[in-house]
Amino acid sequence: MNKIVFILILVCFSLSSYAKVIHQERSLYRNILVEDTFNLRCLRFNVKTSKTNQSCLYKNEPQKLVFNYTKLLFASLLVMEKAPENILIIGLGGGTMSNTLNQLYPSAKITNVEIDPAVIKVARQYFGFFENNNVISKVQDGRIFIKRATLKKQQYDWIILDAFNGDYIPEHLMTKEFLQEAKQLLTPQGVLSANTFSISELYAHESATYHEVFGDFFNVRNRQNSNRIILTTNQGLPDGKHITARAQILNQQLKPFNINIVDITTNMTSTHDVKDWPADTKVLTDQFSPANLLNY
Amino acid sequence: MGIELLGGRILAPFFGSSVHIWGSIITVFMLSLSFGYLLGGKYSIKHANLTRYGVIFLLAGIMVLPVALWAPNIMETIFMTIEDTRYGSLLASTALFFIPTIILGMISPYSVRLLVRDSMDSGHVAGKLYFVSTLGSALGTIMTSFYLVLWFEVNAIIFTFCFILICLGAVAITVNQLSRAQASQLTEPHHE
Repeated sequence: MNKIVFILILVCFSLSSYAKVIHQERSLYRNILVEDTFNLRCLRFNVKTSKTNQSCLYKNEPQKLVFNYTKLLFASLLVMEKAPENILIIGLGGGTMSNTLNQLYPSAKITNVEIDPAVIKVARQYFGFFENNNVISKVQDGRIFIKRATLKKQQYDWIILDAFNGDYIPEHLMTKEFLQEAKQLLTPQGVLSANTFSISELYAHESATYHEVFGDFFNVRNRQNSNRIILTTNQGLPDGKHITARAQILNQQLKPFNINIVDITTNMTSTHDVKDWPADTKVLTDQFSPANLLNY
Repeated sequence: MGIELLGGRILAPFFGSSVHIWGSIITVFMLSLSFGYLLGGKYSIKHANLTRYGVIFLLAGIMVLPVALWAPNIMETIFMTIEDTRYGSLLASTALFFIPTIILGMISPYSVRLLVRDSMDSGHVAGKLYFVSTLGSALGTIMTSFYLVLWFEVNAIIFTFCFILICLGAVAITVNQLSRAQASQLTEPHHE
């Protein structure tokens, strides 16, 4: 075991020394770095810590998803009745999610909302992020987009929250009020998935908040990293049978993207069965949301 | 400063947490403080006494209350009418903070007026006052952003600030009334 760890460390070390920064810029919000390591291209915010990789792609096989959490997000398809038609993505990163979903469902409307115009530019230039008649991107704060969208009575059958990176958490995107606004945008069968944290004190607060707004949800995670996906719906969770059946249907479709959806079903736990946070945990609200102070 | 910091938290749900939010808040605070200094100085020219000083505190405490009571309603109205978050947040922070901060700004020059007995001493007194008020701002900033937001709800913190201001005002007024009563007791025999 020690040997393997040692080799892994060695490999990581040597890989990192081969990493070449091919683009670097300071935006209004952060430092943006694009790094090439052999065949792997990664987007990084800020520097030097390996956990700040935002998005990666294999240059020779851009279709294949690299990150586990991106793959885990596809568990959302398991709780849907049918293919999504209107998708809202908050937080663009390299645009991998948008690209993949467009290939998977060419007729679905995809709206990407990203606060940082520099991220959109870098995604287009270095990560093959594309827009077309069905895929658009908008520079706006996620909370404000959602508030305006509720005023316009827009509806989405899938909302993906991917606005949390390791360094700084937009606290106003974690509160009960925000989730209630997002819930209003969901169609009756709509699904909301959030890529968030599985460690730190924030875990309990976040779980309590989602539970307060949506009731029971699925936690999707594997042991390999510190992400978890919160998967929830507008009207309760489907049972195991439904999920297995959906996994069979989706399996072939998702293979080209390096996603093993049958495997992913084993990573899902319902909070109906396991509530792994204290019952008296304080819910995050617009009045109380020290998310960044809790994330240690 | 405590209120200024909470301002960012209050505006975020409607206008985001980008750099222009802080631009709006700091602009409004600086602007209203500058007017406050001017007004406070003017107000201190005639009949300066502790009661009037206390009234400034009382008023400030009362004018901060709407921030806790009606902020969401005020911001929602502005959010509906102005699409641009820059001007939206500027207008919202004006609506919420302009008047209370003017009144808070009046305190410093009025304090100078009450504390200076001798013009030789004025620089010394002003220096001490700047020291106390700026140190207070620093403490308010760090306490609010590091700890208070972790322990309490935003509104609870604002109500506490209001309560402290109102208490200070009440104390100043009472002290003045008492000393005046004492003074009049002492002077009464002379009238007879």
